Amino acid sequence: MIEGAGPVAAFWGLSALTLLAAGGVVVSRNLFHAVLFLIVVFLGIAGFFLLLSADFLAMAQVIIYVGAIAVLILFAIVLTPRASRDNAETRMAPVALVAGVAVAGLLIPAILDAEWRTLSSAPALPVSDLGRELLGVWVLPFQLASVLLTAALVGAVVLVRSPREEREEIDEEERR
Amino acid sequence: MKSLDIVGPQLALLVAAGLILVIDALWPKGRRWIPFVALGGTVLAAMYTTSWVARDEYPEWFAGTYVLDRYAVFFQYVFAGIAALVILASIDWVRSARRSESEYYALLLVVTSGLMFLAGARDLITIFVALELSSIPQYVLAGWGKDERSSEAGLKYLLTGAIASAVLLYGMVLLFGYTGTTHLSGIADVLRGLGGDQRPLLVAAMLMVAAGFGFKMAVVPFQMWVPDVYQGAPTPVVAFLSVASKAAGFAVAMRVFFEAFRADFLVDDWSLIFAGLAAASMTLGNVMALVQSDIKRMMGYSSIAQAGNFLVGVAAVSAAGGEFTLGASAVLLFVAAYAFTNLGAFIAVIAISQRIGSDRIADYAGMWRRAPALALALAFCLVSLTGIPPTAGFWAKLYVFNAAVRADLVWLVAIGVLNTAVSAFYYLGIVRQMFLGDAEGKPGLRPAPGAAVALAVAVAGVLVLGILPTPVLSAARDAVEIFARQ
Repeated sequence: MIEGAGPVAAFWGLSALTLLAAGGVVVSRNLFHAVLFLIVVFLGIAGFFLLLSADFLAMAQVIIYVGAIAVLILFAIVLTPRASRDNAETRMAPVALVAGVAVAGLLIPAILDAEWRTLSSAPALPVSDLGRELLGVWVLPFQLASVLLTAALVGAVVLVRSPREEREEIDEEERR
Repeated sequence: MKSLDIVGPQLALLVAAGLILVIDALWPKGRRWIPFVALGGTVLAAMYTTSWVARDEYPEWFAGTYVLDRYAVFFQYVFAGIAALVILASIDWVRSARRSESEYYALLLVVTSGLMFLAGARDLITIFVALELSSIPQYVLAGWGKDERSSEAGLKYLLTGAIASAVLLYGMVLLFGYTGTTHLSGIADVLRGLGGDQRPLLVAAMLMVAAGFGFKMAVVPFQMWVPDVYQGAPTPVVAFLSVASKAAGFAVAMRVFFEAFRADFLVDDWSLIFAGLAAASMTLGNVMALVQSDIKRMMGYSSIAQAGNFLVGVAAVSAAGGEFTLGASAVLLFVAAYAFTNLGAFIAVIAISQRIGSDRIADYAGMWRRAPALALALAFCLVSLTGIPPTAGFWAKLYVFNAAVRADLVWLVAIGVLNTAVSAFYYLGIVRQMFLGDAEGKPGLRPAPGAAVALAVAVAGVLVLGILPTPVLSAARDAVEIFARQ
């Protein structure tokens, strides 16, 4: 449970910041601005982790999401032709809004009603324990993730090679 | 070492995939053997699974995140068999595309290993990672054709798949937050102690999880990607995902719902969810299939309708006591029957479309005169998809509908039977086209050797299952025993 004036104020402040920034991601027409808003969302989430005494998670959130993923998206945007850089017009926006409100309307009462498990204090979990868990109990998903990354790398190569280049390579090989 | 032993079948596939990439990079002359290395990997995987069956030992390992039980073994055979047949049918097709072949086979093997992990995962995190492991390479494979249609298929599959994964993850997070554990039996233990007043949140979580898996199964309303992906992606890839990916969706969904959501006050809820999805899928799939002129698009809608048939079996759980798993065993029989049948149909389509260069149903006219064996095989598979004896499809439908009747879902069976009649129109329409249509002056055609062998195996499977379904049925019954209530 979050208690005390400071943490409660921090919770509401972070909530407002994160939700506003998330709204900005959806609304802004310029993709570049959308990513900048997304970075604010990531930072807000990192703030929540800090508030819940999950220091390591907060740090990982900043390094991985803000540091790597957001930068990667920015690179992708900068490297795409200018014409396709803006958010496309969509006629489905009202439908999406209705669907989103409907899902929220169903979920929020259910979440408020449920009897959640609460912890009186945050469990102290040093990073060394985290590492041991990751390579102990969770070794299978951990290893599967590395296989997944390898496969994704191979897939990326498949997708970016030009088919003509490949064809020429095979032709040449057959001539030899 | 024991932990490596348990994931041996998957390791065999992954090692073969790695070997293929190494051969491609270091030994250009050996490239022609690549398809056979891939085939060898699937055979080795099946043999490794057999070694576990022979040991008659079904261990749980990795702190309970993964289990090799009879249920996982059943699906390992299914996936290894599907991968082997698809590789056989791909050889000529991939070669004629004149592209680098190694990545195609390597990714196919990685997907297969991911599906095997999915069938044995007993923990939400492992399930999610295995699901992504089997999905992401499939998005790439869907775009492997590189032309406009194939790229569109790959992109659509990726975007809708990412949304489905996000919804699934949200459902899993709700479950974890509520129960404090990601382990399926742990979740079941927590839920058993609850009263019915906690239902709203759990139903919301179940709906999200069902939606995430429903995308893999391709059931209505999570089917929007199917027609475009089926039409645009390379046909062997479509053949693979139409059976393997769908079977994996059912494998993991049944494990999650039968194990984690087995509490009495929840079973009726998810039975109703799946019954609704089943009715919608059967009806929409069949009606849309009626009006298609492209055979791959038609097979896409047909696969949606078939997924609806599967779901009838999943929904048939409400029967009390010892019959809790009757529907599940029927679904497993259906999975095996559908794997042979749909693969057979798709391999015939691959062989024909590669020669005539078209996927239009109208171009199948008079196929009986041009390629008697191919036409006969395709017709036989279509008859099995309709569910007419003496084919595998007949028994599959019979057992699924029987389970539903026992579970008091007579209304669902009525919808199913009506839909079977509708499906006969378009399945048998192709048969009529092939046998009575006119093909004057058009040359005969012969399938590639690999495709011919794969087609022969698939058709033999349909026939054997159609005449003698008992061995597979008893294997299916043993497999779902893990879900039985004490």
